Amino acid sequence: MLKARNLESYYGPIAAIRGVSLEAQTGKISVILGANGAGKTTVLKTISGSIEPQKGKISYKEIDITNIEADATARMGIAHVPEGREVFPFLNVEENLLLGAFPRKDPHVKKDLETVYEYFPVLKQRSLQQAALLSGGQQQMLAIGRGLMLRPEIMLLDEPSLGLSPRLVSEIATIIKRLNQERQLTILLVEQNAKLALDIGDYGYVMEAGRIVMEENCERLKQSTDIKEFYLGIKDKGQRGRRRWKQRKTWR
Amino acid sequence: MEIIQLLISGMSQGCVYGLIALGFVLIYKATEMVNFAQGDLMMLGAFLSYTFVSVLNFPFMLGIIAAIGSMAAIGAITERLAIRPMIGEPHFSVLMVTIGLGFIFRAASGFIWGSEPKTLDTPYAGQILKINNIIIGYENIVILMATILLCASLVLFFRFTTTGKAMQAASQNQLAAMYVGISVRKINTLVWAVSASVSAAAGILIAPVSLIDPQMGFIGIKAFAAAIVGGFGSLPGAIIGGLIIGIAEQFAGLYLPSGFSEVTAYIILLIVLIARPHGIFTSMHIKKV
Repeated sequence: MLKARNLESYYGPIAAIRGVSLEAQTGKISVILGANGAGKTTVLKTISGSIEPQKGKISYKEIDITNIEADATARMGIAHVPEGREVFPFLNVEENLLLGAFPRKDPHVKKDLETVYEYFPVLKQRSLQQAALLSGGQQQMLAIGRGLMLRPEIMLLDEPSLGLSPRLVSEIATIIKRLNQERQLTILLVEQNAKLALDIGDYGYVMEAGRIVMEENCERLKQSTDIKEFYLGIKDKGQRGRRRWKQRKTWR
Repeated sequence: MEIIQLLISGMSQGCVYGLIALGFVLIYKATEMVNFAQGDLMMLGAFLSYTFVSVLNFPFMLGIIAAIGSMAAIGAITERLAIRPMIGEPHFSVLMVTIGLGFIFRAASGFIWGSEPKTLDTPYAGQILKINNIIIGYENIVILMATILLCASLVLFFRFTTTGKAMQAASQNQLAAMYVGISVRKINTLVWAVSASVSAAAGILIAPVSLIDPQMGFIGIKAFAAAIVGGFGSLPGAIIGGLIIGIAEQFAGLYLPSGFSEVTAYIILLIVLIARPHGIFTSMHIKKV
């Protein structure tokens, strides 16, 4: 559904991503893993169009969207749920959600609002409250719900677990999985929480310093020693009962 | 009786300040820049209404609607040509552009209409309403009514229309607005159009009270003070700030030594800035992580 080839984006003179190629397959959850500053968010921003890539090509349903602005890609059905709960603070929850359907002209908006409330019952209870007064987790739900209101074909999710309690993290993970299964929503998920990402993802990319260093089926990624060691924190005891101190990643 | 009369003329003057302040605030909220040509947009609106009504002999209401409509267009064109290319430039440069725009508007209107003051022929000119001993000029009543009407329609527009909601959204969180598919550029152009037409309305309202000349835009500075007093970024605050300054000016003119009425606006501004640095009405949102 969505293909990016050889993307390069810069913040001023600094290259944030260099030569990233990836694909989000229809109906699948693709995940991008990586540490702070690996360029994960930049990849999503480049795809949705809030950053223009210096090089490379992005195609969405065979249409070239490389230089299309973020508001236009949203109208084409790409919902970008940005990192850090970017809600409209002084509007109430319902207004926030309805704005998610801003570009839509069809009459099913009301129905979709009910569906979002069904996924996130908390939002229904608070529908008339200002978004600024919601808790962090609720704001995150609101951001995802607002993305759903677009009736997107693909959703770009940027760190939905950031700053949430463990219970909320697993709740959000369940909902992402449900969205994927019940509505065949294609998802491109960016996460630092490797366990969450590998548990719900189908196909995974690992990013480091602006490059994709590994891509594999999520099941197989979980088995990889590098991922275990550096992302999941599962440590090998070593042959003499001590860790080898010179452990290196195989891609280095 | 004197007090009531002062209050009414102060309120009507204050409404005009408030409307121009509203123009400042609208643009500030949407684009986070201060448009120092706001007073000059008001002046252009007054001149256009003069042209339509007194020169081209349009019926009064039609002439005013035409003037406001053309100011909306001028606002939109100004944004498109002068402001949009400045996106991403430092605030200071954008500010200089708006100051420059003010000079251009003033020079252009001097060139077109001459520097001699003009008067707008209104159907209500010179009429007065007398209740007991209070004498109120019709133009003051018109100013008050028109301001209430204008504010009410703005409130309705922001509350109940999709475009109004989208404007609020874009001013609260530009990035998120883009991600839901709102074209922030179009919204900014629209905001300039709305702001210019609100200022034009202010110019038309004040035209029968003061005269129309290219320098009349300088009351924009007092309106700027009003916007700060009200808490820059608050729409009701802009009107309230205008009213405070307008009323205080009238009282200072009568009860304080001459010269005070000219500086009252700035004295109030200083007091408010010392006592409540964010203005009287503020809508601050500090993002929590």
